Amino acid sequence: MDRARDAGPLARARARTAWLFLAPALLVLVLVAGWPLVSTVWLSLTDSRLDAGHQARFVGTDNYLRYGPAPDAWDEEAGGYFVYDDATGAALLYRPDTDAFYDWDTGAALAGPVDRAAVFAWHGLLADPVWWRSVANTVFYTVVSVSLELALGLAIALILHAHLPGRGLLRAAVLIPWAIPTVVSAQLWGWMLNDQVGVVNAVLLDLGLIAERIAWTAEPATALAAIIAVDVWKTTPFMALLLLAALQTLPNEIYEAARLDGVHPVRLFARVTLPLILPALMVAVIFRTLDALRVFDLFYLLTSNADDMLAMSVYARRQMIEFQDVGAGSAAATAVFAIAAAATALLVLIGRIEPEGRR
Amino acid sequence: MRLPPAYRLRRHAGRVAFYAVVAGLMVYTLFPFYWAVVSSLKTGPALFDTRLWPESPSLANYVAVFTEQPFARAVANSAIVAGATTLVSLAVAVGAAYALGRIRFRGRRTVLMTILGVSMFPQIAVLSGLFGLIRWLELYNTLGALVLSYLIFTLPLTVWILTAFMADLPRELEEAAMVDGAGPLTRLRRVLLPLMAPALVAAGLLAFIAAWNEFLFALTFTLTNDQRTVPVAIALISGASAFELPWGQIMAASVIVTVPLVALVLVFQRRIVAGLTAGAVKG
Repeated sequence: MDRARDAGPLARARARTAWLFLAPALLVLVLVAGWPLVSTVWLSLTDSRLDAGHQARFVGTDNYLRYGPAPDAWDEEAGGYFVYDDATGAALLYRPDTDAFYDWDTGAALAGPVDRAAVFAWHGLLADPVWWRSVANTVFYTVVSVSLELALGLAIALILHAHLPGRGLLRAAVLIPWAIPTVVSAQLWGWMLNDQVGVVNAVLLDLGLIAERIAWTAEPATALAAIIAVDVWKTTPFMALLLLAALQTLPNEIYEAARLDGVHPVRLFARVTLPLILPALMVAVIFRTLDALRVFDLFYLLTSNADDMLAMSVYARRQMIEFQDVGAGSAAATAVFAIAAAATALLVLIGRIEPEGRR
Repeated sequence: MRLPPAYRLRRHAGRVAFYAVVAGLMVYTLFPFYWAVVSSLKTGPALFDTRLWPESPSLANYVAVFTEQPFARAVANSAIVAGATTLVSLAVAVGAAYALGRIRFRGRRTVLMTILGVSMFPQIAVLSGLFGLIRWLELYNTLGALVLSYLIFTLPLTVWILTAFMADLPRELEEAAMVDGAGPLTRLRRVLLPLMAPALVAAGLLAFIAAWNEFLFALTFTLTNDQRTVPVAIALISGASAFELPWGQIMAASVIVTVPLVALVLVFQRRIVAGLTAGAVKG
């Protein structure tokens, strides 16, 4: 409002009070969010492991991308990597500190040069096809489920916005899937989609829509479809309620005027309603996109967690906890964070451009 | 939306179609839960038929969940964790919300955006860092680890909702007290807090539900059955062998943990909707 007031002693006292009141919350957030986030990024630059007794060292960006011998060929005693030269059939020791090759048995330095392309390869997160497969799975899941939720949520919001008897009941009904824990929804749907005894296969068989039982969660394609179906079921209500709240802020006069003018409802929706709720719609889309990109529970619980059926978060946790490779897992976690940040920036940008373009 | 007179004939057909859509929607949202209830009442081979109502309903699965699985402990753990997380979040958030909702100061918007950002960032991004923190505080495999880590999403949520609510309270409320020489803490406690009951209920409910449902941290930071919460317990329910999942028990457990949530949602649906949409609409 007025800059003069911002600088006065009163304003300074006000600011002091504000920061004092904020302090506990900010301290907690630094402790449980800020510090762990920085710490994860730091761990991604080390070769930390969960196993006790492992001395972690700084390895730079090796967890992301590294050209060299396979990480599991490291030999602590020899102080280097065991590499096998396919071309000559020789067992060699590669020491990173001297960047040179030695004979594995005698430890003598090699006379001739070694063809590095034959013994080295790309390693790390960005060279791991399993990681890229989980990125593809997660992005596909995010785009399809958020689009479906937006379309369905908008339809439900419009239905709830119309004055119909029993609206409260319907609103409560759509809230129920939202309140059910994700783990429980995964189990409910896992049970319904069970290949041998599930109700979905039974009904589809009875209706003659399928010839034999489908193992929904075993194949990557149907598993993704199943996961999307569960997510749409669970989170469409959230979308619908956000959009309904936006619809309810619109002034009634516009609609009265449009009705008197005989504007067709579809036209009215496209020209008036949609542009007016677009900001709220973008907020809802950003929320849901970020939520979908960090998906863990549904993939973890509904699939067998085979290499081709991971989500990004599942991949990162698997590296970190199951394979105990905290460095590699933290690199994946950092990448998830970067992808989420990039997605937010992109959506904010789209949200800014779109309304201007329409005017 | 009303249609002009020319469309009147079509309107009846439209009405019917509209209610068909509404009915379909109800079935879609409610059937999976209904099916869980029905399945939980079936035992033995009856579990595998697809009749819409059990022939001979039985509560055997409900008994089994408590006798054959460490489920009672899990429910108690979840209640403790979700309750404690909610109380801590509300206590810490009220002060922050007062600053953000009622005081004009430089940096206010930045703080709000940071808090919103924290609530949205992927939990996996803090997992290894939190793991280190929790081990350092010697909280690994305790309920304290969960209360601490859950603050990462419950605190932003409660701050955000309470801020939106506080900002809407009229200025005059505080001004009268200010004339009487009351400081900010007194004004918050004596004037604003008594009016905040609805917002505290909405924020508390959403925090409680979020903490009650959390899976990733609970799976990672606890190890033994006596520290596990309900979502992990349900995910890990196992039968005699990997091939014989006790589906009846899983469904019974699912119903048990969902019923209180459904009841809360039905009773407080207006508050919950107000909480969910707080801030989101105002941007």
